[in-house]
Amino acid sequence: MTSSLRLRAGLVSIVLLAAFLGIWHLATRSTGTTTTMSPEYAKLMGLTATQGKSAMPGPLDVGAKLWEHLRRPFYDNGPNDKGLGIQLGYSIARVGLGYLLAVLVAIPLGFLIGMSPLLSKALDPFIQVLKPISPLAWMPLALYTIKDSSISAIFVIFICSIWPMLLNTVFGVASVRKEWINVARTLEVGTVRRAFTVILPAAAPTILTGMRISIGIAWLVIVAAEMLVGGTGIGYFVWNEWNNLSITNVIIAILLIGIVGMLLDQVLARFTRMVTFPE
Amino acid sequence: MSTFDNPFDADRSLQSGCVCGQHSSTAEHEQAASALRCEAVESEEKRYEGVVASAVMRAMFPQDVARRAFLKSVGASTALAALSQFFPLQTATEVFAQAGTPEKKDLKVGFIPITCATPIIMAAPMGFYAKHGLNVEVVKTAGWAVIRDKTINKEYDAAHMLAPMPIAISLGLAANAIPFAVPAIENINGQGIVLATKHKDKRDPKDWKGMKFAIPFDYSMHNYLLRYYLAEHGLDPDTDVQLRSVPPPEMVANLRADNIDGFLAPDNICQRAIYDGVGFMHLLSKEIWDGHPCCSFAASREFITTAPNSFAALTRAIVDATAYASKAENRKQIAEAIAPANYINAPVTVLEQVLTGTYADGLGGVKTDAKRVDFDPFPWQSFAVWMLTQMKRWGQIKGDVDYKAVAEQVYLATDTKKLMTEMGLSPPTTAYKSFAVMGKTFDPAKPEDYVASFKIRKAS
Repeated sequence: MTSSLRLRAGLVSIVLLAAFLGIWHLATRSTGTTTTMSPEYAKLMGLTATQGKSAMPGPLDVGAKLWEHLRRPFYDNGPNDKGLGIQLGYSIARVGLGYLLAVLVAIPLGFLIGMSPLLSKALDPFIQVLKPISPLAWMPLALYTIKDSSISAIFVIFICSIWPMLLNTVFGVASVRKEWINVARTLEVGTVRRAFTVILPAAAPTILTGMRISIGIAWLVIVAAEMLVGGTGIGYFVWNEWNNLSITNVIIAILLIGIVGMLLDQVLARFTRMVTFPE
Repeated sequence: MSTFDNPFDADRSLQSGCVCGQHSSTAEHEQAASALRCEAVESEEKRYEGVVASAVMRAMFPQDVARRAFLKSVGASTALAALSQFFPLQTATEVFAQAGTPEKKDLKVGFIPITCATPIIMAAPMGFYAKHGLNVEVVKTAGWAVIRDKTINKEYDAAHMLAPMPIAISLGLAANAIPFAVPAIENINGQGIVLATKHKDKRDPKDWKGMKFAIPFDYSMHNYLLRYYLAEHGLDPDTDVQLRSVPPPEMVANLRADNIDGFLAPDNICQRAIYDGVGFMHLLSKEIWDGHPCCSFAASREFITTAPNSFAALTRAIVDATAYASKAENRKQIAEAIAPANYINAPVTVLEQVLTGTYADGLGGVKTDAKRVDFDPFPWQSFAVWMLTQMKRWGQIKGDVDYKAVAEQVYLATDTKKLMTEMGLSPPTTAYKSFAVMGKTFDPAKPEDYVASFKIRKAS
């Protein structure tokens, strides 16, 4: 029963994809020569103007270009032109670093706040104000004070991924069932041991959910941050190709950003499943 | 430091201590010397001369006592004359100045991917930086504000900037005041007014009331030229039309999406709009002011004083590249060198049309103007004065302006002239020239009168 459902769902997915590609292909067909121009003039003009080629590339153009990129993902033609693999590597490294720093700060801090109702109440207004700030709004400030664009980008990742983790850790730690803590107390378990053997495992699913939300946000933000500061990364690639009005490459980048984002999310989802426990 | 002092002074030691005798300690002397060097960029030749003469005197008289005795007995001028007779000090100095080893060899130079940056970009693939002993990485940058911030942050040692930007930064307009300098202009001409194809019957600017135009940056020649052009046709650019600051690459997309009616933009963007069939060339900027500057090569004063030799080598490389780019026969080769994704990232046909001046005008015709874009490195100080008059005219600067002082501080005409002479080029003898913008002559000696002569301007 489940296998046939999965089969049918797969079929529907493929049909949807085929329909999408078909419509895309039809919508971007060239309309043929629209105006007559002298050959001398036509030689100086782009295909859009001479053959009525749509400004939007079709699926075949994108596929061919994608194949070209996939064949040599790690080429390096100097500081402003690197392969997609290298660009993605830069972006993932930036996200990884900023995210790791955020984990190192958010989880211990969240633990402390969650275990102390006083701190929790005292810090709440600050967190509430800082949380909704768009991470990119920090960018000019970061550039101005840190005076280094790549560290600024990492800082922006750090600041955007810290809040979901912090709030979820606080929530997870604060809502550990009272009975479990009381049992630990009765058995005279020390504070440190209680934190690690009772509270941490109990709060882990909530904490990991926070981490999963954070990685998603971090990946969303890195593209925008790299488009702003430039240099390297998939965001820079998008900007550079936008600069050349190469929509084909922009579409390829969009596709890859989606795939990498999905993979990052899947990794965290797997971790979450590992620490989840039945009650 | 001893190398930079007068070796013909009988009373100083060439070996140790504070050698000039004006300071109590070496440290204090060094501080004064380095402070002096900030001002002394124009007397670099003198300094080299001193260095070379010092070396020669030291070699001739290894004993300080003997040198002093010699100088006392014959006098400094006789000694200098005698020395020059059998040792060509002048030539030695020139050789030394040429070979002044760069303090920093690995440099980063930022650029915006437009054809204005041609000399800066082509100098990398075509080996002009390497020829002058530098290892330069040219880094593509997302926009003018970013290039400004990255240069101020010292991520870049020098950068491609719009000609008015170093003036604005030095004056602290829209940024903290940081002294910047311009040793070379990148390009002259090479911009254009492009209108959306639907406006092909509205060629008279008087019909442009209510239209929306894009310019690349507030402190740009594009802004001043477009305002000038509109005002000459009786439109007040602040009230009759809308001017928007839009990054060049987004201009074509905006024109296609009908968000703007036209733009005065740097080339390859103008030609790109035509190439993609969304606009036509209304007017080349050359027709507003033939020979106007557009972009500049800029560095902070701090970089110039801490690494004077690197800066000189960099300027030489740029002047060299500019001279090469100014020759029409080299333009096709340059177009191919700067088109790849690592540099401008644009179709070669588009760059060729810009650089060779044979271009499609977007209305079905092919036009030829060999001077559509041209390259001339000399940083005329009168250009800076004109930009200041326009900043004043449109209210970007309030109050009194010392036009001459600012122009001379930012546009390093004297230094560039010297470098160009050393390189065997023939720079102009003065830093000021008069020119005409849309038929109206500009006299750099009377900037205030010039500002006052315009009917349309922002009331200050």
